[in-house]
Amino acid sequence: MGKSNIVARTGNEAMAEAMRQINPDVVAAYPITPATEIVQIFASYVADGLVDTEFVPVESEHSAMSACIGSAAAGGRVMTGTSSQGLALMAEMVFIAAGLRLPIVMADVNRTISSPINIHCDHSDTMMIKDSGWIQIFSENAQEGYDNMIQAVRIAEKALVPVIVTTDGFIISHGMERIEILDDAEVKNFVGTYKPENYLLNFDRKITVGAIDLTDYYFEHKRQQIEAMKDSKSIISEVGAEFGKKYGRSYGLLDAYKLDDADIAIVALGSTAGTAKVCVDNMRSKGIKAGLLKPRVFRPFPKDEIADVLKNIKAIAVMDRSDSMNAAEGPLCLEIKAALYDKGVKNILLNYVYGLGGREIGLGDLEKVYNDLAEAVKGKAKDKINYLGVRE
Amino acid sequence: MAAEKQEKPGWKKLTKCDLIIGGGTAKEFKTGGWRSKRPVLIPGKCINCLTCWMYCPDSAIIVKDGKVVGYNYDHCKGCGICWNECPVKGKAIEMVSEKEAKAKEKK
Repeated sequence: MGKSNIVARTGNEAMAEAMRQINPDVVAAYPITPATEIVQIFASYVADGLVDTEFVPVESEHSAMSACIGSAAAGGRVMTGTSSQGLALMAEMVFIAAGLRLPIVMADVNRTISSPINIHCDHSDTMMIKDSGWIQIFSENAQEGYDNMIQAVRIAEKALVPVIVTTDGFIISHGMERIEILDDAEVKNFVGTYKPENYLLNFDRKITVGAIDLTDYYFEHKRQQIEAMKDSKSIISEVGAEFGKKYGRSYGLLDAYKLDDADIAIVALGSTAGTAKVCVDNMRSKGIKAGLLKPRVFRPFPKDEIADVLKNIKAIAVMDRSDSMNAAEGPLCLEIKAALYDKGVKNILLNYVYGLGGREIGLGDLEKVYNDLAEAVKGKAKDKINYLGVRE
Repeated sequence: MAAEKQEKPGWKKLTKCDLIIGGGTAKEFKTGGWRSKRPVLIPGKCINCLTCWMYCPDSAIIVKDGKVVGYNYDHCKGCGICWNECPVKGKAIEMVSEKEAKAKEKK
């Protein structure tokens, strides 16, 4: 088993620590709450000479991703961090990074999108770019944020698909936790040396990056990108399994908690999954067969894998920490419904939009959801779409 | 053009990541067809200061032995920057309608 140290770290500190150990060639970033500390701490590592990274303090998030794209195309291992409005401003370049198949890794601390203006957690920012072509990994706590950052480097470079690693704003980013930090040498060894096949600074093999691609070629290149996203599923699983073998914490596409014999289950992304695990244990102590499904990746969407683990659950509640403004289900619920449809599963499926703008979600809220599911199993009619914790 | 009739590769055979492998490939992408006006050198007026050569965004000014000898019409987009920048009084370059120029060529 690889060496590690047990320390107390906030989510932001843990992600900055991962970046220090990864020691990327270039970090270009612009601060934004609640992700500020990640690049602020990392900038101090640069100033203190603890990393070899070229740190580019840019004038906006659009420039941050632009600089990342240029650096990655040049052949560097590149990272950045952002959140919310910053990600929105960056959005144009986020799509371009993915289209150019540049393996950039980005820490994204989930925060809602204005307006109304609000700096607190929900998943609106990450969901806004769900169709951009980035792999999206959600973290349940600071430990996962740290572990995911390290794995993301390997995943991105193998798949040639950029990766976003998210933590939940303030809940994880500013909450102090006990985490295991690997030895520097372990991380260095795990991420290895980046050897891009093609890069702009290779004068022995000249290339053009980002050439115009009109009606006759654009579709074929997009089709390649779609295939890369499909292929990334096995890469994510392999890297997660290798990480588990070396360091004792295994990762896959999803995390099924006490689902095997469950009658009722919640599906939740990020930190809420941690709260739900406690809730599951509480319900189980009362003799209720409750379970939890935490999709670790939202992109690629583990459609078949999710349908497989949910197919025997009598009633399912999908928790959405953002709304699609489609006058229907939230984004996670929509995709889970589609996954179940293709498997012919027609179990009870309820959607709970919750936690918008940092609205608290506690054990009591999730217990209410499990109780709703238990009642639904007994035949009581329930609303398909619910807004949990909003004042009526 | 004949090149357009060729079978284009499917996505599995296409170079990955929208990359073009090899240097100087812009030469093969002829952009002269976009032109509505073309620069024509007025013999005797050009002082060979090469200002046009410096400003041309498409490297389409042909220079031999330090002298402007003509234009690469395969790549000149007819932007007129050479004409605009030409410091010679009354200009040593004339922007001629592409249609008229082509009609003259046929004769």
